[in-house]
Amino acid sequence: MSQYQKLVDEAQGAAESSQNTEDLVAARNKFLGKKSQLSEAKKGLGQLQKNERAAAGKELNEVRVLIEEAFEQREIVIQEEVWNRQFESERLDLTEQFENLRRGHLHLITQARDHLEDVFVGMGFTVAEGPEVETAWYNFEALNIPDWHPARGNFDTIFVNLGDPEEVMLRSHTSPVQVRTMENHQPPIFIVAPGRTFRTDNADATHLPAFNQIEGLVIDKGITMGDLAGTIDSFVQAFFGSEVKSRLRPSYFPFTEPSAEFDISRPDGSWLELGGCGMVHPNVLANCGIDPEEWQGFAFGFGIDRLVAMRFELDDIRELVVNDARFLRQF
Amino acid sequence: MKVLLSWLKEFAPDIEGDPISLGERLSHLGLAVEEMSMLGEGLSGVVVGRILDLRPHPDAERIQLVDVDLGDGNATQICCGAFNMEVGDLIPVATIGSTLPDGMEISQRKLRGQLSNGMCCSPAELGLGDDHDGIMILPADEKSYSSGVPISEALGIKPDVLWDLEVNANRPDAMSIAGVARDLAASLGIPFSYPNYDFLEGSAKLTDLATVEIIDPTLCGRFAVRAAAGVSIGESPRWIQNRLLSLGMRPINNVVDISNYVMLELGQPNHTYDLAKVPEGHLSIRRALEGETITTLDGEGRSLIVEDGVIANIRGEAIGIAGVMGGLSTEISEETTDVLIEVAWWDPPSISRTVKRLNLMSEASIRFRRGADYGENIERALERIAYLLSDGGAEIASGVVQDTGSLPSRDSVKVRTDKINNLIGVDLAAKDMKSYLDSIGFGVSIKKGDLAVEIPTWRWDTKTETDISEEIARMFGYEKIKRTVPKGTAPGALSQYQKNRRRVREILVGVGCDETMPMPFLAPGDLRSAGLAEEAISLTNPLVQEESLLRTSLLPGQLKVIAHNQSHRVDDLRFFEIGHVFSVSADGGLLPDEREHLSVALVGVHVSEIVDLLYVLGNELELPNLQLASGEVPGMHPGRAAEILIAGKISGYIGEVDPRVLTSYGIDGRVAWLELNLGKVLSGPLGKKSYRNVSKYPSSDVDLAFDVPESVSSATISGYIRKAGGDLLQQVKLFDMYSGDSMEDGHRSLAYRLRFQAPDRTLTDDEVSALRAQCIQMVEKKTDARLRI
Repeated sequence: MSQYQKLVDEAQGAAESSQNTEDLVAARNKFLGKKSQLSEAKKGLGQLQKNERAAAGKELNEVRVLIEEAFEQREIVIQEEVWNRQFESERLDLTEQFENLRRGHLHLITQARDHLEDVFVGMGFTVAEGPEVETAWYNFEALNIPDWHPARGNFDTIFVNLGDPEEVMLRSHTSPVQVRTMENHQPPIFIVAPGRTFRTDNADATHLPAFNQIEGLVIDKGITMGDLAGTIDSFVQAFFGSEVKSRLRPSYFPFTEPSAEFDISRPDGSWLELGGCGMVHPNVLANCGIDPEEWQGFAFGFGIDRLVAMRFELDDIRELVVNDARFLRQF
Repeated sequence: MKVLLSWLKEFAPDIEGDPISLGERLSHLGLAVEEMSMLGEGLSGVVVGRILDLRPHPDAERIQLVDVDLGDGNATQICCGAFNMEVGDLIPVATIGSTLPDGMEISQRKLRGQLSNGMCCSPAELGLGDDHDGIMILPADEKSYSSGVPISEALGIKPDVLWDLEVNANRPDAMSIAGVARDLAASLGIPFSYPNYDFLEGSAKLTDLATVEIIDPTLCGRFAVRAAAGVSIGESPRWIQNRLLSLGMRPINNVVDISNYVMLELGQPNHTYDLAKVPEGHLSIRRALEGETITTLDGEGRSLIVEDGVIANIRGEAIGIAGVMGGLSTEISEETTDVLIEVAWWDPPSISRTVKRLNLMSEASIRFRRGADYGENIERALERIAYLLSDGGAEIASGVVQDTGSLPSRDSVKVRTDKINNLIGVDLAAKDMKSYLDSIGFGVSIKKGDLAVEIPTWRWDTKTETDISEEIARMFGYEKIKRTVPKGTAPGALSQYQKNRRRVREILVGVGCDETMPMPFLAPGDLRSAGLAEEAISLTNPLVQEESLLRTSLLPGQLKVIAHNQSHRVDDLRFFEIGHVFSVSADGGLLPDEREHLSVALVGVHVSEIVDLLYVLGNELELPNLQLASGEVPGMHPGRAAEILIAGKISGYIGEVDPRVLTSYGIDGRVAWLELNLGKVLSGPLGKKSYRNVSKYPSSDVDLAFDVPESVSSATISGYIRKAGGDLLQQVKLFDMYSGDSMEDGHRSLAYRLRFQAPDRTLTDDEVSALRAQCIQMVEKKTDARLRI
């Protein structure tokens, strides 16, 4: 092999001194190409004696392998340098946000409403909806609130200029959905009715003229006030957490009797009034075509906006209708 | 309704317990405690001061300097923001170091350079009533009010508990001290009774002085009067004034104060007339004449209608509106000596309608419309007033004069114990139910295990078995009812529409849109500014003009949201909303046509982005045959708008908002918009997602450029290409749009890339050529478009 040592040294030197791919290819061609010394030597093998030919061929092959290795190694190094130069030129600081891509945000009310719906669906309820503009029948009369009733004043109704005066209104609660459901379905009924409701409350930090409620209605055979208290309890624990307790206090609504307010416990041991509930008044059942001697049940309801305001400690409930993106994107 | 512990004890002397647990008990009786205050606390250090001098603060217009003598004869300077007092007045002064009932600590302060050595107090600051308007001025004619005397001693204030209770509409009885005491006594298991109001009647006979006649018995169930002579009008005793103040009423004079006192105490509103101004002492009760007028106590002239009730004099003139407000002509005045006292029972619906029509809510009408006591409480109230007047030196004529109309008839109610137990979810025996009802004055007899219940006259709203179930549940205690959960039979679920709507929200949130929820009201002009028709349903009683119309489109509300955000320099605005819109019923129905719409607004983007977004929705929801039809749409850029067709029906519109509309809403940049009738779109049949094999074979692309007149839409061209390409055409993409010098006027070049692919083989060149030819032929045959060479 000694006769080729010089060649090998030269080739290794040429590989080492190649600074880029082009130089390397040219150098490789020079030492390994068709016209290279090595190729010429290989062509000369045929003139050797048969017994010498094998040894000489083997030697040539070893030399070729050595030279190829030199170029391969150099190629790896050069390629690495090429990458490194590219990496260096493409260096970016990724520690900042670029804010070119954003997921949108559901409105807080939708988030709360979905959560509430999911809890009640899990408890065997379906979700009922109805129109926001209603007649006096659905908003009041079917609910056992005749036109003279003092309770009508409590609803601070926004009326609409359709029909006779005070005949058509923006619903002041979602109870009309209960009436519509009962008119169209015989029991058993297990529904919740979420939706927008309206009152003549001037918008301020704690009031909005358009807000959201969710109401529940259960009508079946043998439904008791104990079932009402138990359902409220289950819901409260599912929604607020298992440590939160509920209680009922006597109250009055024309459409339920007995009626109650329901409170939930706060961490400091005090109670917070959440909503109203009670056993559906027999007059309401009869008004909707359901026999109150055969069926009985309960209803409950509360405001979603207030729940949201409480949960997220909003200091001004008007944020919910201003729709400032800086607010919407927080949740 | 506010109640004082000391007053409750006059009816139930055995009330005991700490104020917090008594308050809890009231709440559990359905008389929710809204506020509790400890009276007479925090008054140490508050003394009577005599004003020696008043002078302006040299450097502050809204403050004056008051020198008071606090009993030591020296002038103590106080800075005060009220101006209702004069030199010589006696006022309560909180001295340095004292702490007022609301927790305010009084210390020496300097206000604009002037020392203030204490505070002059209003009644509210002392926890005596709600009066914040000015400093409390003590009557000058009582000996006890000398400077330096502690205010509690001067005013005779004893420590007491005041609860402010929320009383529900079905509890007229609890609009009184006595009624609350009855409930509380029952709950505590202690006796309740009315004190005796004994007084001596004078020699005059009432029948000689007064006559009454109920002309309309449907209006008035009972009308009873007494009379007192020799009344001298003046201040009422301090203890009456203190109680009225505590309960939030302002003392006026002895007769008016006694009238109010008895209303609060017994729940029986009453009215006092100057007898001298009632000719022949005759009162009659009738409905008003249409257009009849009266000047009420507040000095207002009122016009009446036939539904209203009036009290008329013998000349037929209305001198009071029944149950609502007295008339000015018979008002008690300084000169009054003889007083006629009326206690009546009025038909609640009648009073309710008048109160509502005249918007005249008063302490009396609140009680009458809920149904006052129509029983012996009427005589009791008359006696109580007579007693208090007599105590003040008046002479009471003997007897009561009254007339009776239609009183509520309350038959004994049959109450089934099983029904009650099944409703409440308890297992009470008839005798338990009886004892609960007995304790609050119901009369109960047990018949064959069920109850026959007589309803007391102070519970006008209580009529039925269900009403009584509530009383039993209330006295049993809601908190003791065992909690169970109803056994539903069907699983709960969202409807398909509700699931799809949630899917829409998820998709939009996924592409970076924030959900908005503006109020659904519009201002007049909002629709016009948005380029929309101005036919909207209006509200009868809007809170403000800016919120007086119901929206017909989500566009104006969303534009306002965009403008708000831009004005606060919030950018990258991408919004969506799902909400109801309203228009007058097309088929003559009473209720409007109400639809649930979806809108999306992308600010500062090319209109093509909203079209892409619509197709994302369309594909995700498998909306059947989603197509756009170019055309002019109100509110949209005339050259960049289209109607959205789903299953061949117009279901919404899409485009770029008309820049003139954006200008009128003060919006910068462009807004891409779509609005869909979501209710209609998601309620119809949606396509089903089904498996389509993904081809493993190579695909072939063909580019075709057509010369297309403006009148032919791109969707038309691509539609025909799809039709001609059939199943082997995997994709058609518009990749270039060009109009300019090389094109004829009114024409543009549209270039499409077609990708052909078979599921089971590699397409041959011949096959692809044939497909290409078919597509060109179809487009050229069906439209005026021509292949560009």
